[in-house]
Amino acid sequence: MDVFGSFALLLAFVCGVYAFVGGIAAIRTRHPLLIKSTRQAGMATCVLIFIATVSLEYLFFTDSFSSAYVVSHSNRDLSSFYKIAALWSGQEGSLLFWSFLLAVYVISVLLVYRNKNGELMPYVGVVLAGVQVFFLTLNNFVASPFKSLGVETATGFSLFTRADGNGLNPLLQYPEMVIHPPNLYSGYTGFTIPFAFALAALLARYPGEKWIHLTRKWTMIAWCFQTLGILLGAHWAYAVLGWGGYWAWDPVENASLLPWLTGTAFLHSVMMQEKRGMMKVWNVWLVFTTFLLCILGTFLTRSGVVSSVHAFAQSSIGPWFIGFILFVLLVCFGAYVKNRDYLRSENQLDSMVSRESSFLFNNLILLVSCIAVLSGTLFPVFSEWFSGSRISVGTPFFNKVNLPLGLLLLFLTGVGPLLAWRKTSADSLKRNFGWPLLVGLISGAIIFALGIRGFYPLVCFILCAFVAATITMEFYRGAKVIKARTNMNLLAAAQELTLRNTRRYGGYIVHMGMVLIFVGLAGAAFNRDVQKDMQQGSTMQIGSYNLVLQSYDSKAERNYTSQRMIVEVMKNNKPLMMLYPERRFFNTNEQSGTMVAIYSTLQEDLYVVYAGQNPETNAPVIHAYLNPLVKWIWLGGVVVVLGTILALVPNRRAVLVLAGAQQPAAAPSVAQALQSAVTHREGHD
Amino acid sequence: MQKKAKFGVGIGVIVVSMAVLAWLGYSDSKTYYHTIAELSTLQGSARNHRMRVGGTVEPGSIRRLSGRVDFVLEGEGKTLPVSYVGSDPLPDTFIDKSQALVEGKPGSDGRFVAEHVQAKCASKYEAAPGGDKPSASPSAVQRSEM
Repeated sequence: MDVFGSFALLLAFVCGVYAFVGGIAAIRTRHPLLIKSTRQAGMATCVLIFIATVSLEYLFFTDSFSSAYVVSHSNRDLSSFYKIAALWSGQEGSLLFWSFLLAVYVISVLLVYRNKNGELMPYVGVVLAGVQVFFLTLNNFVASPFKSLGVETATGFSLFTRADGNGLNPLLQYPEMVIHPPNLYSGYTGFTIPFAFALAALLARYPGEKWIHLTRKWTMIAWCFQTLGILLGAHWAYAVLGWGGYWAWDPVENASLLPWLTGTAFLHSVMMQEKRGMMKVWNVWLVFTTFLLCILGTFLTRSGVVSSVHAFAQSSIGPWFIGFILFVLLVCFGAYVKNRDYLRSENQLDSMVSRESSFLFNNLILLVSCIAVLSGTLFPVFSEWFSGSRISVGTPFFNKVNLPLGLLLLFLTGVGPLLAWRKTSADSLKRNFGWPLLVGLISGAIIFALGIRGFYPLVCFILCAFVAATITMEFYRGAKVIKARTNMNLLAAAQELTLRNTRRYGGYIVHMGMVLIFVGLAGAAFNRDVQKDMQQGSTMQIGSYNLVLQSYDSKAERNYTSQRMIVEVMKNNKPLMMLYPERRFFNTNEQSGTMVAIYSTLQEDLYVVYAGQNPETNAPVIHAYLNPLVKWIWLGGVVVVLGTILALVPNRRAVLVLAGAQQPAAAPSVAQALQSAVTHREGHD
Repeated sequence: MQKKAKFGVGIGVIVVSMAVLAWLGYSDSKTYYHTIAELSTLQGSARNHRMRVGGTVEPGSIRRLSGRVDFVLEGEGKTLPVSYVGSDPLPDTFIDKSQALVEGKPGSDGRFVAEHVQAKCASKYEAAPGGDKPSASPSAVQRSEM
């Protein structure tokens, strides 16, 4: 099966090269048969990648310990669930998985648009094939997942099979680790589609804003996966790594945040192009940048170029990625220089207080944040180049820059959608922001009275209340209009409103989710932790909780040995529940994993870690954390994802309830009139 | 033109204040990477920087004392005595011959005073011939052990 798989990969590479080279020839000659055959080659590439991926999974499921990759990442005792995840637990497999997910996108695009956009699609096909060829080069010639185990002997190279594998890294043996990488990678790969369309439109001088309409949904799908991937990663770090936090500004985390920041900026600034024909150059470069950051992110995650010091292993894929990034940059720049006249803006900024300027500042903030995170992440690399000494920056650097930026962005989240295009009158400002401002200030006063004095958390809570109020008011106003016209109750009217303009109201729901996430993030300002040596029956206190160690023992399981604790939690001296923090020592690879016990409420998380044993006394050590509001982050994440999915749903046509409407031809125009009456302004859609 | 100037000022204020904050954060948190060999050649103020040093734990050198753990790191033929004074228990992967990364400052008596120790097993997790790097997210693995 390993030979079969590697042959499928090789064939995929050949087809990919044909799709790329043939595609260029097809664009030059415009020969319809050539166009068709390159499109089919593109599809064949995807199918062959699927076959190769399935073969690798087959090797895992049949415990083929003659394959180097299977030996490194699996063993006989590993459950089937994690054998699926073992596919992307190492470098070679992850890169194949990248190709796999990209193939899913590519084949969908090729199928969906096979009879549409005839002028544009050959270009799109070539760009997509180019990206695929790069990854297939890595899969085939640099980091092949189908290598067999073997040793150099005097007579040549001899193959051998091991009795069992090394096992999967225990830190990855956690349900979220099975779904986190596919999500994040789906985000990374998904941004290839808007990139391909943008570059293709620029190369083909494709008329108008059509590429933006075509790619809007693809971008949102990629963005949704990326968001989910980041949050799942944060949750995994929180629940498994046992250090009490969810985000540490570590290079791999930063790598996933970078394309998210520019992707978010892109999702907003395309609206300027759709509505006002502005920011065309900016949008094209934003989507180019997002794609490049996705490639960079994959590179940072896979190569360990930043995270490791000299002692830790580095990999061979680095030069390939750097080469590819430079190549893409060159192509983008060349296409831009050649066709930049086609990107001329149709309008100018009119006023500081307008929707346009709020988008402009939204983009500025996201981009400054992106640059700060990028430079902080790459600082060790660049400082070594320029000054010879490797210097890293830590959490204070990232927090100092990103906290104020985050709050500014939160402010714009509330203000932006309510500003009118071009120019907003003072009267409309008062009408739109009077109530929300009041709500924000009152919440601020209440929070202040509750004893919260920190500047950032206070501002954050006030802004959250303000933004939540603006969003609620938008739903209320729109629903009121529908209610007046249809006799629905307010809730049903709000639902109807949302379904009639999913893009706008889905967007508001995403904003609401971000508000919840900000509430959760602000909670981090009040984190506490206590560490204590325990004995059976002894107690420790944290906040209003008392932890009583009831017992602790050690037990051998199939794959690992477990050190367990039974901790009784008392709140205000009343028994509340039992927690079972645990440490696992994995037999196969001498690694250990922490099973954190978390008691989570909307108000706070009680997070209990079995931190090890005191080396002198052998007493078990409990490290307990009290993390307020963390649950809001995960809830907010769910809301963001639901809002994004909603925004992907097509709008429902307004159903007229007027009696005797017998002229169907008139219906759409009346419906549109109704809709514009509902939205008051030119909508956020 | 006045409009453009207004936007310019707005953008300028954001960018400049972020640059200032970035500089403050940088000064607060910069950490130098050094090898054990470089450490002995550092002069003057360079010795007082916060730094990270990587190496292999010398077999048999780990001594657990009250309030601290002493051990010796070796790398490129040189050795460095280290005292770990941090509050977290040392990671389980911290054993003889493991690769360790210590963060802290050199003390006056030639011992390196570490507040954080990250460690990684050198042995079994690395693949057999033809293998690759050990984990999906190396930095995450290290962080767990801080």
